[in-house]
Amino acid sequence: MKKEDVPQDLSSLGKLTREVCYATDSEGKYTTELSRGWDVKIDALDTAWSDIDKRIADARQKVLNKEASPLLFFMEYRLMDLALLASYTGFWQWQIKRHLKPEVFDELSNKKLEKYAEAFNVKVQDLKQMTVNES
Amino acid sequence: MKADFVHHQSAHCESGVTSGLLQNAGATQITEPLAFGIGAGLFYAYIPLIKINNGPAIAFRTFPGLIFKRTCKALGIPVIQKKFRSKEQAENFLKEALQNKQPVGCQVGVYYLSYFPKEYRFHFNAHNLVVFGQEGDNYLISDPIMETPTSLTSYELERVRFAKGALAPKGQIYYPAKHVEVNDDTIRRAIKHGIKQNINNMLRIPGWFAGVEGIRYTGKRIKKWRDNLGLQKAGLYLAQLVRMQEEIGTGGGGFRYMYGAFLQEADNFLPGKGLSDISKQFTEAGDLWRTAAVQAAGIYKGRIGSQKDFDVMSNHLLQIADIEEKAFKALNKIKW
Repeated sequence: MKKEDVPQDLSSLGKLTREVCYATDSEGKYTTELSRGWDVKIDALDTAWSDIDKRIADARQKVLNKEASPLLFFMEYRLMDLALLASYTGFWQWQIKRHLKPEVFDELSNKKLEKYAEAFNVKVQDLKQMTVNES
Repeated sequence: MKADFVHHQSAHCESGVTSGLLQNAGATQITEPLAFGIGAGLFYAYIPLIKINNGPAIAFRTFPGLIFKRTCKALGIPVIQKKFRSKEQAENFLKEALQNKQPVGCQVGVYYLSYFPKEYRFHFNAHNLVVFGQEGDNYLISDPIMETPTSLTSYELERVRFAKGALAPKGQIYYPAKHVEVNDDTIRRAIKHGIKQNINNMLRIPGWFAGVEGIRYTGKRIKKWRDNLGLQKAGLYLAQLVRMQEEIGTGGGGFRYMYGAFLQEADNFLPGKGLSDISKQFTEAGDLWRTAAVQAAGIYKGRIGSQKDFDVMSNHLLQIADIEEKAFKALNKIKW
Protein backbone atom coordinates (compact mmCIF):
# COMPACT_ATOMS: atom_id res chain seq x y z
CA MET A 1 0.00 0.00 0.00
CA LYS A 2 1.23 3.46 -0.84
CA LYS A 3 1.47 6.00 1.91
CA GLU A 4 -1.10 8.29 0.31
CA ASP A 5 -3.57 5.38 0.05
CA VAL A 6 -3.66 4.76 3.80
CA PRO A 7 -7.39 5.16 4.52
CA GLN A 8 -8.62 8.00 6.72
CA ASP A 9 -12.28 7.07 7.36
CA LEU A 10 -13.02 8.17 10.90
CA SER A 11 -13.82 5.16 13.12
CA SER A 12 -14.86 5.20 16.78
CA LEU A 13 -11.29 4.18 17.64
CA GLY A 14 -10.01 6.97 15.40
CA LYS A 15 -11.66 9.53 17.68
CA LEU A 16 -9.41 8.27 20.50
CA THR A 17 -6.24 7.34 18.75
CA ARG A 18 -4.95 6.97 15.22
CA GLU A 19 -3.38 3.66 14.19
CA VAL A 20 0.11 3.12 12.79
CA CYS A 21 0.24 1.54 9.32
CA TYR A 22 3.28 0.43 7.35
CA ALA A 23 3.15 1.78 3.81
CA THR A 24 5.57 2.60 1.00
CA ASP A 25 6.74 6.06 -0.07
CA SER A 26 7.27 7.27 -3.64
CA GLU A 27 10.59 5.39 -3.82
CA GLY A 28 9.08 2.12 -2.58
CA LYS A 29 10.72 2.48 0.86
CA TYR A 30 8.65 1.38 3.84
CA THR A 31 7.64 4.06 6.29
CA THR A 32 4.76 4.52 8.73
CA GLU A 33 1.61 6.56 8.40
CA LEU A 34 -1.20 7.18 10.90
CA SER A 35 -4.72 6.12 9.93
CA ARG A 36 -8.01 7.33 11.42
CA GLY A 37 -9.81 4.16 10.33
CA TRP A 38 -11.07 2.30 7.29
CA ASP A 39 -14.70 1.89 6.12
CA VAL A 40 -14.18 -1.80 5.38
CA LYS A 41 -13.17 -2.38 9.02
CA ILE A 42 -15.92 -0.16 10.40
CA ASP A 43 -18.52 -2.11 8.39
CA ALA A 44 -17.12 -5.46 9.57
CA LEU A 45 -17.42 -4.30 13.17
CA ASP A 46 -20.94 -2.95 12.57
CA THR A 47 -21.95 -6.28 11.03
CA ALA A 48 -20.67 -8.15 14.08
CA TRP A 49 -22.48 -5.79 16.46
CA SER A 50 -25.80 -5.86 14.67
CA ASP A 51 -25.73 -9.64 15.04
CA ILE A 52 -24.85 -9.32 18.73
CA ASP A 53 -27.58 -6.71 19.30
CA LYS A 54 -30.10 -9.08 17.78
CA ARG A 55 -28.97 -11.87 20.08
CA ILE A 56 -29.22 -9.58 23.10
CA ALA A 57 -32.75 -8.52 22.14
CA ASP A 58 -33.79 -12.17 21.65
CA ALA A 59 -32.35 -13.07 25.04
CA ARG A 60 -34.15 -10.17 26.73
CA GLN A 61 -37.45 -11.33 25.24
CA LYS A 62 -36.85 -14.89 26.44
CA VAL A 63 -36.22 -13.63 29.96
CA LEU A 64 -39.39 -11.51 29.87
CA ASN A 65 -41.33 -14.58 28.65
CA LYS A 66 -39.90 -16.53 31.63
CA GLU A 67 -38.23 -18.96 29.23
CA ALA A 68 -34.79 -18.15 30.66
CA SER A 69 -33.23 -16.45 33.66
CA PRO A 70 -31.50 -13.04 33.39
CA LEU A 71 -28.20 -14.93 33.10
CA LEU A 72 -29.00 -15.55 29.43
CA PHE A 73 -29.40 -11.84 28.83
CA PHE A 74 -26.11 -10.97 30.54
CA MET A 75 -24.27 -13.77 28.78
CA GLU A 76 -25.27 -12.30 25.43
CA TYR A 77 -24.68 -8.76 26.68
CA ARG A 78 -21.16 -9.65 27.82
CA LEU A 79 -20.47 -11.85 24.77
CA MET A 80 -19.89 -14.89 26.97
CA ASP A 81 -20.55 -18.53 26.19
CA LEU A 82 -20.98 -21.26 28.80
CA ALA A 83 -17.30 -22.16 28.86
CA LEU A 84 -16.19 -18.56 29.38
CA LEU A 85 -18.78 -17.85 32.08
CA ALA A 86 -17.79 -21.08 33.80
CA SER A 87 -14.15 -20.02 33.94
CA TYR A 88 -15.04 -16.54 35.23
CA THR A 89 -17.36 -17.82 37.98
CA GLY A 90 -15.87 -21.19 38.87
CA PHE A 91 -19.24 -22.91 38.33
CA TRP A 92 -19.48 -26.03 36.20
CA GLN A 93 -21.22 -25.62 32.85
CA TRP A 94 -24.03 -27.95 33.94
CA GLN A 95 -24.62 -25.76 36.98
CA ILE A 96 -24.90 -22.66 34.81
CA LYS A 97 -27.32 -24.49 32.54
CA ARG A 98 -29.51 -25.13 35.59
CA HIS A 99 -29.20 -21.51 36.71
CA LEU A 100 -30.45 -20.45 33.30
CA LYS A 101 -33.88 -21.77 34.31
CA PRO A 102 -35.88 -18.92 35.88
CA GLU A 103 -37.23 -21.06 38.74
CA VAL A 104 -33.74 -22.23 39.72
CA PHE A 105 -32.27 -18.74 39.36
CA ASP A 106 -34.90 -17.27 41.70
CA GLU A 107 -33.72 -19.60 44.46
CA LEU A 108 -30.00 -18.83 44.11
CA SER A 109 -28.13 -17.74 47.23
CA ASN A 110 -26.70 -14.26 47.40
CA LYS A 111 -23.20 -15.71 47.34
CA LYS A 112 -23.81 -17.37 43.99
CA LEU A 113 -25.45 -14.26 42.59
CA GLU A 114 -22.40 -12.25 43.66
CA LYS A 115 -20.18 -14.49 41.56
CA TYR A 116 -22.30 -13.89 38.49
CA ALA A 117 -22.54 -10.17 39.19
CA GLU A 118 -18.76 -9.91 39.41
CA ALA A 119 -18.26 -11.85 36.18
CA PHE A 120 -20.70 -9.54 34.38
CA ASN A 121 -19.37 -6.43 36.14
CA VAL A 122 -22.84 -5.41 37.40
CA LYS A 123 -24.57 -5.17 40.78
CA VAL A 124 -26.62 -8.09 42.10
CA GLN A 125 -29.72 -5.92 42.00
CA ASP A 126 -29.14 -5.13 38.32
CA LEU A 127 -28.50 -8.78 37.62
CA LYS A 128 -31.89 -9.76 39.03
CA GLN A 129 -33.76 -6.94 37.32
CA MET A 130 -31.91 -7.23 34.03
CA THR A 131 -30.86 -3.59 34.06
CA VAL A 132 -27.61 -2.18 32.75
CA ASN A 133 -26.14 1.02 34.06
CA GLU A 134 -23.35 2.08 31.78
CA SER A 135 -22.75 4.11 28.73
CA MET B 1 7.43 5.33 41.16
CA LYS B 2 8.15 5.38 37.53
CA ALA B 3 10.66 3.61 35.28
CA ASP B 4 12.37 5.40 32.43
CA PHE B 5 10.41 4.31 29.43
CA VAL B 6 9.84 6.05 26.12
CA HIS B 7 6.39 5.36 24.73
CA HIS B 8 6.52 4.31 21.08
CA GLN B 9 3.36 3.84 19.10
CA SER B 10 3.47 0.79 16.87
CA ALA B 11 1.31 -1.12 14.43
CA HIS B 12 1.03 -4.34 16.38
CA CYS B 13 0.96 -4.86 20.11
CA GLU B 14 3.45 -7.66 20.71
CA SER B 15 6.08 -6.60 18.19
CA GLY B 16 5.68 -3.07 19.56
CA VAL B 17 6.10 -4.16 23.19
CA THR B 18 9.07 -6.34 22.24
CA SER B 19 10.80 -3.56 20.37
CA GLY B 20 9.98 -1.03 23.11
CA LEU B 21 11.35 -3.21 25.91
CA LEU B 22 14.48 -4.16 23.97
CA GLN B 23 15.26 -0.59 22.99
CA ASN B 24 14.76 0.41 26.59
CA ALA B 25 17.17 -2.33 27.67
CA GLY B 26 19.91 -1.09 25.37
CA ALA B 27 19.29 -2.97 22.10
CA THR B 28 18.46 0.30 20.36
CA GLN B 29 18.59 -1.03 16.78
CA ILE B 30 15.57 -3.33 17.27
CA THR B 31 12.71 -1.58 15.47
CA GLU B 32 9.20 -3.00 15.37
CA PRO B 33 9.62 -4.67 11.95
CA LEU B 34 12.93 -6.22 13.06
CA ALA B 35 11.27 -7.63 16.19
CA PHE B 36 8.40 -8.96 14.09
CA GLY B 37 10.71 -10.62 11.54
CA ILE B 38 13.28 -11.98 13.97
CA GLY B 39 10.42 -13.31 16.10
CA ALA B 40 9.00 -15.02 12.98
CA GLY B 41 5.66 -13.33 13.59
CA LEU B 42 4.01 -13.89 10.22
CA PHE B 43 1.56 -16.75 10.21
CA TYR B 44 -1.83 -17.97 9.09
CA ALA B 45 -4.16 -20.49 10.66
CA TYR B 46 -7.81 -21.30 10.05
CA ILE B 47 -9.32 -23.18 12.98
CA PRO B 48 -13.02 -23.81 12.34
CA LEU B 49 -13.32 -25.98 15.46
CA ILE B 50 -12.61 -23.05 17.76
CA LYS B 51 -15.49 -20.63 17.62
CA ILE B 52 -14.92 -16.99 18.43
CA ASN B 53 -18.10 -14.90 18.61
CA ASN B 54 -19.90 -17.71 16.79
CA GLY B 55 -17.53 -17.66 13.83
CA PRO B 56 -14.37 -19.59 12.94
CA ALA B 57 -11.08 -18.58 14.55
CA ILE B 58 -8.57 -17.21 12.07
CA ALA B 59 -5.07 -16.14 13.06
CA PHE B 60 -2.75 -14.03 10.95
CA ARG B 61 0.20 -14.13 13.27
CA THR B 62 1.85 -16.46 15.69
CA PHE B 63 0.78 -17.32 19.28
CA PRO B 64 0.98 -14.61 21.96
CA GLY B 65 4.30 -14.48 23.79
CA LEU B 66 6.27 -16.14 21.00
CA ILE B 67 7.47 -13.01 19.20
CA PHE B 68 9.07 -11.69 22.39
CA LYS B 69 10.52 -15.06 23.34
CA ARG B 70 11.94 -15.88 19.92
CA THR B 71 13.36 -12.41 19.31
CA CYS B 72 15.20 -12.35 22.63
CA LYS B 73 16.45 -15.90 22.17
CA ALA B 74 17.74 -15.19 18.66
CA LEU B 75 19.55 -12.09 19.97
CA GLY B 76 20.97 -14.01 22.93
CA ILE B 77 19.13 -11.85 25.46
CA PRO B 78 18.05 -13.65 28.65
CA VAL B 79 14.40 -13.07 29.55
CA ILE B 80 12.17 -13.27 32.56
CA GLN B 81 8.75 -14.61 31.62
CA LYS B 82 6.24 -15.70 34.23
CA LYS B 83 2.63 -16.76 34.62
CA PHE B 84 0.77 -16.87 37.93
CA ARG B 85 -1.96 -18.81 39.67
CA SER B 86 -2.54 -16.16 42.29
CA LYS B 87 -3.60 -12.60 41.50
CA GLU B 88 -1.84 -11.39 44.61
CA GLN B 89 1.50 -12.91 43.61
CA ALA B 90 1.09 -11.49 40.14
CA GLU B 91 0.64 -7.98 41.50
CA ASN B 92 3.49 -8.31 44.01
CA PHE B 93 5.81 -9.44 41.26
CA LEU B 94 4.78 -6.45 39.14
CA LYS B 95 5.28 -4.01 42.00
CA GLU B 96 8.71 -5.38 42.75
CA ALA B 97 9.78 -5.02 39.13
CA LEU B 98 8.53 -1.43 39.06
CA GLN B 99 10.34 -0.66 42.30
CA ASN B 100 13.51 -1.78 40.55
CA LYS B 101 12.63 0.69 37.76
CA GLN B 102 11.97 -2.17 35.38
CA PRO B 103 9.26 -1.60 32.76
CA VAL B 104 7.48 -4.90 32.02
CA GLY B 105 5.40 -6.42 29.24
CA CYS B 106 2.01 -7.88 30.18
CA GLN B 107 -0.36 -10.07 28.22
CA VAL B 108 -3.96 -8.92 28.75
CA GLY B 109 -7.53 -9.51 27.59
CA VAL B 110 -9.19 -6.55 25.87
CA TYR B 111 -12.77 -7.13 27.04
CA TYR B 112 -12.43 -5.11 30.25
CA LEU B 113 -9.71 -2.79 28.94
CA SER B 114 -11.36 0.47 29.95
CA TYR B 115 -9.52 2.86 27.63
CA PHE B 116 -10.62 1.03 24.45
CA PRO B 117 -13.93 2.10 22.90
CA LYS B 118 -16.69 -0.36 23.82
CA GLU B 119 -17.33 -1.57 20.28
CA TYR B 120 -13.74 -2.82 20.03
CA ARG B 121 -13.89 -4.88 23.20
CA PHE B 122 -14.25 -8.59 22.59
CA HIS B 123 -13.01 -11.53 24.64
CA PHE B 124 -9.66 -11.47 22.93
CA ASN B 125 -6.78 -12.36 25.22
CA ALA B 126 -3.70 -11.83 23.08
CA HIS B 127 -3.17 -8.12 23.61
CA ASN B 128 0.10 -6.80 25.02
CA LEU B 129 1.10 -3.62 26.81
CA VAL B 130 3.91 -2.22 28.92
CA VAL B 131 3.47 -1.23 32.57
CA PHE B 132 6.11 1.34 33.46
CA GLY B 133 5.05 2.90 36.73
CA GLN B 134 2.61 3.27 39.58
CA GLU B 135 1.06 6.44 40.99
CA GLY B 136 -1.28 5.82 43.92
CA ASP B 137 -3.80 3.22 42.81
CA ASN B 138 -3.04 3.80 39.13
CA TYR B 139 -0.63 1.89 36.95
CA LEU B 140 1.03 3.79 34.12
CA ILE B 141 0.48 1.97 30.85
CA SER B 142 2.22 2.27 27.52
CA ASP B 143 -0.11 0.52 25.10
CA PRO B 144 1.69 0.42 21.75
CA ILE B 145 -1.59 0.80 19.85
CA MET B 146 -2.30 4.18 21.45
CA GLU B 147 -0.72 7.47 20.44
CA THR B 148 -0.01 8.42 24.06
CA PRO B 149 0.55 6.60 27.39
CA THR B 150 -2.53 5.87 29.49
CA SER B 151 -3.35 4.33 32.88
CA LEU B 152 -5.43 1.64 34.60
CA THR B 153 -6.50 1.28 38.23
CA SER B 154 -5.05 -1.71 40.08
CA TYR B 155 -8.45 -3.45 39.87
CA GLU B 156 -8.74 -2.82 36.13
CA LEU B 157 -5.22 -4.08 35.48
CA GLU B 158 -5.78 -7.20 37.58
CA ARG B 159 -9.00 -7.87 35.72
CA VAL B 160 -7.40 -7.76 32.26
CA ARG B 161 -4.29 -9.68 33.37
CA PHE B 162 -6.57 -12.43 34.63
CA ALA B 163 -9.07 -12.42 31.78
CA LYS B 164 -10.48 -15.89 31.14
CA GLY B 165 -11.12 -17.95 28.03
CA ALA B 166 -9.00 -19.02 25.05
CA LEU B 167 -5.33 -18.02 25.45
CA ALA B 168 -5.99 -16.74 28.98
CA PRO B 169 -3.03 -14.53 29.98
CA LYS B 170 -2.78 -15.92 33.55
CA GLY B 171 -1.05 -12.73 34.58
CA GLN B 172 1.77 -13.30 32.08
CA ILE B 173 4.59 -10.82 32.58
CA TYR B 174 7.86 -10.62 30.64
CA TYR B 175 10.93 -8.47 30.20
CA PRO B 176 14.60 -8.68 29.23
CA ALA B 177 16.55 -9.89 32.27
CA LYS B 178 19.33 -7.34 31.97
CA HIS B 179 20.72 -4.38 30.12
CA VAL B 180 22.17 -5.54 26.81
CA GLU B 181 23.75 -4.08 23.77
CA VAL B 182 23.61 -6.15 20.60
CA ASN B 183 26.07 -5.79 17.76
CA ASP B 184 25.26 -5.98 14.05
CA ASP B 185 26.69 -9.48 13.71
CA THR B 186 24.24 -10.77 16.29
CA ILE B 187 21.41 -9.04 14.48
CA ARG B 188 22.50 -10.56 11.17
CA ARG B 189 22.43 -14.03 12.70
CA ALA B 190 19.08 -13.37 14.31
CA ILE B 191 17.56 -12.15 11.03
CA LYS B 192 18.64 -15.32 9.22
CA HIS B 193 17.30 -17.44 12.03
CA GLY B 194 13.96 -15.61 12.05
CA ILE B 195 13.52 -15.90 8.30
CA LYS B 196 14.25 -19.63 8.38
CA GLN B 197 11.78 -20.16 11.19
CA ASN B 198 9.11 -18.23 9.30
CA ILE B 199 9.74 -20.29 6.16
CA ASN B 200 9.10 -23.40 8.22
CA ASN B 201 5.93 -22.00 9.75
CA MET B 202 4.44 -21.00 6.42
CA LEU B 203 5.66 -23.76 4.09
CA ARG B 204 6.47 -26.85 6.14
CA ILE B 205 3.98 -26.86 8.98
CA PRO B 206 1.98 -30.09 8.83
CA GLY B 207 -1.79 -29.99 8.40
CA TRP B 208 -4.22 -28.35 6.00
CA PHE B 209 -5.26 -25.51 8.29
CA ALA B 210 -2.04 -23.57 8.77
CA GLY B 211 0.57 -21.72 6.76
CA VAL B 212 0.21 -21.17 3.02
CA GLU B 213 -1.91 -24.34 2.75
CA GLY B 214 -4.28 -22.89 5.34
CA ILE B 215 -4.86 -19.79 3.21
CA ARG B 216 -5.54 -22.04 0.23
CA TYR B 217 -7.92 -24.20 2.27
CA THR B 218 -9.85 -21.14 3.50
CA GLY B 219 -10.09 -19.93 -0.10
CA LYS B 220 -11.60 -23.24 -1.19
CA ARG B 221 -14.04 -23.27 1.74
CA ILE B 222 -15.29 -19.75 1.01
CA LYS B 223 -16.55 -20.96 -2.38
CA LYS B 224 -18.98 -23.22 -0.49
CA TRP B 225 -19.98 -20.80 2.29
CA ARG B 226 -22.92 -19.31 0.42
CA ASP B 227 -24.56 -22.72 -0.17
CA ASN B 228 -23.56 -24.30 3.13
CA LEU B 229 -24.22 -21.42 5.53
CA GLY B 230 -26.73 -19.23 3.76
CA LEU B 231 -26.01 -15.67 2.70
CA GLN B 232 -26.48 -14.05 6.11
CA LYS B 233 -24.20 -16.37 8.08
CA ALA B 234 -21.65 -16.42 5.26
CA GLY B 235 -21.63 -12.62 5.53
CA LEU B 236 -21.01 -12.83 9.27
CA TYR B 237 -18.13 -15.26 8.70
CA LEU B 238 -16.59 -12.91 6.16
CA ALA B 239 -16.95 -9.98 8.55
CA GLN B 240 -15.19 -12.14 11.12
CA LEU B 241 -12.38 -12.86 8.65
CA VAL B 242 -11.93 -9.14 7.99
CA ARG B 243 -12.09 -8.27 11.69
CA MET B 244 -9.40 -10.82 12.48
CA GLN B 245 -7.45 -9.55 9.51
CA GLU B 246 -7.68 -5.83 10.07
CA GLU B 247 -8.71 -5.28 13.69
CA ILE B 248 -7.15 -2.83 16.07
CA GLY B 249 -3.63 -1.97 15.22
CA THR B 250 -2.38 -3.87 12.26
CA GLY B 251 -4.10 -6.85 10.75
CA GLY B 252 -3.46 -9.69 8.33
CA GLY B 253 -2.86 -7.31 5.44
CA GLY B 254 -0.83 -5.08 7.72
CA PHE B 255 1.29 -8.00 8.92
CA ARG B 256 2.30 -8.62 5.31
CA TYR B 257 3.34 -4.97 5.00
CA MET B 258 5.26 -5.18 8.25
CA TYR B 259 7.08 -8.25 6.97
CA GLY B 260 7.86 -6.29 3.81
CA ALA B 261 9.29 -3.50 5.99
CA PHE B 262 11.30 -6.10 7.91
CA LEU B 263 12.87 -7.49 4.72
CA GLN B 264 13.85 -3.97 3.61
CA GLU B 265 15.53 -3.32 6.96
CA ALA B 266 17.09 -6.79 6.83
CA ASP B 267 18.52 -5.90 3.42
CA ASN B 268 20.54 -3.11 5.05
CA PHE B 269 22.11 -5.64 7.40
CA LEU B 270 22.51 -8.35 4.77
CA PRO B 271 22.87 -6.64 1.37
CA GLY B 272 23.16 -8.57 -1.87
CA LYS B 273 20.75 -11.34 -0.93
CA GLY B 274 17.78 -9.88 -2.81
CA LEU B 275 15.75 -9.29 0.36
CA SER B 276 14.48 -5.93 -0.88
CA ASP B 277 13.11 -7.54 -4.05
CA ILE B 278 11.33 -10.26 -2.10
CA SER B 279 9.91 -7.54 0.14
CA LYS B 280 7.88 -6.35 -2.86
CA GLN B 281 6.10 -9.69 -3.03
CA PHE B 282 4.90 -9.23 0.53
CA THR B 283 3.67 -5.75 -0.35
CA GLU B 284 1.75 -7.37 -3.19
CA ALA B 285 0.29 -9.98 -0.81
CA GLY B 286 -0.72 -7.24 1.64
CA ASP B 287 -2.42 -5.28 -1.14
CA LEU B 288 -4.35 -8.36 -2.19
CA TRP B 289 -5.47 -9.09 1.39
CA ARG B 290 -6.93 -5.59 1.38
CA THR B 291 -8.61 -6.11 -2.00
CA ALA B 292 -10.11 -9.31 -0.58
CA ALA B 293 -11.36 -7.37 2.45
CA VAL B 294 -13.09 -4.85 0.16
CA GLN B 295 -14.76 -7.74 -1.69
CA ALA B 296 -15.84 -9.30 1.62
CA ALA B 297 -17.25 -5.95 2.77
CA GLY B 298 -19.38 -5.79 -0.38
CA ILE B 299 -20.92 -9.10 0.68
CA TYR B 300 -21.50 -8.37 4.38
CA LYS B 301 -22.85 -4.93 3.56
CA GLY B 302 -25.30 -6.62 1.19
CA ARG B 303 -24.19 -4.70 -1.92
CA ILE B 304 -23.25 -7.95 -3.68
CA GLY B 305 -23.83 -11.60 -2.79
CA SER B 306 -24.07 -13.90 -5.81
CA GLN B 307 -22.09 -17.13 -6.01
CA LYS B 308 -19.87 -15.34 -8.49
CA ASP B 309 -18.99 -12.78 -5.80
CA PHE B 310 -17.99 -15.57 -3.40
CA ASP B 311 -15.90 -17.13 -6.20
CA VAL B 312 -14.07 -13.82 -6.63
CA MET B 313 -13.40 -13.69 -2.88
CA SER B 314 -12.20 -17.27 -2.93
CA ASN B 315 -9.88 -16.63 -5.88
CA HIS B 316 -8.30 -13.67 -4.07
CA LEU B 317 -7.26 -15.99 -1.25
CA LEU B 318 -5.98 -18.65 -3.64
CA GLN B 319 -3.90 -16.01 -5.37
CA ILE B 320 -2.57 -14.72 -2.03
CA ALA B 321 -1.55 -18.26 -1.14
CA ASP B 322 0.38 -18.49 -4.42
CA ILE B 323 2.14 -15.15 -3.85
CA GLU B 324 3.12 -15.94 -0.27
CA GLU B 325 4.27 -19.42 -1.25
CA LYS B 326 6.44 -18.00 -4.02
CA ALA B 327 7.87 -15.35 -1.67
CA PHE B 328 8.80 -17.83 1.05
CA LYS B 329 10.26 -20.21 -1.53
CA ALA B 330 12.42 -17.34 -2.79
CA LEU B 331 13.59 -16.72 0.79
CA ASN B 332 14.28 -20.41 1.12
CA LYS B 333 16.60 -20.36 -1.89
CA ILE B 334 18.90 -17.69 -0.47
CA LYS B 335 22.45 -18.89 0.11
CA TRP B 336 23.38 -17.17 3.37
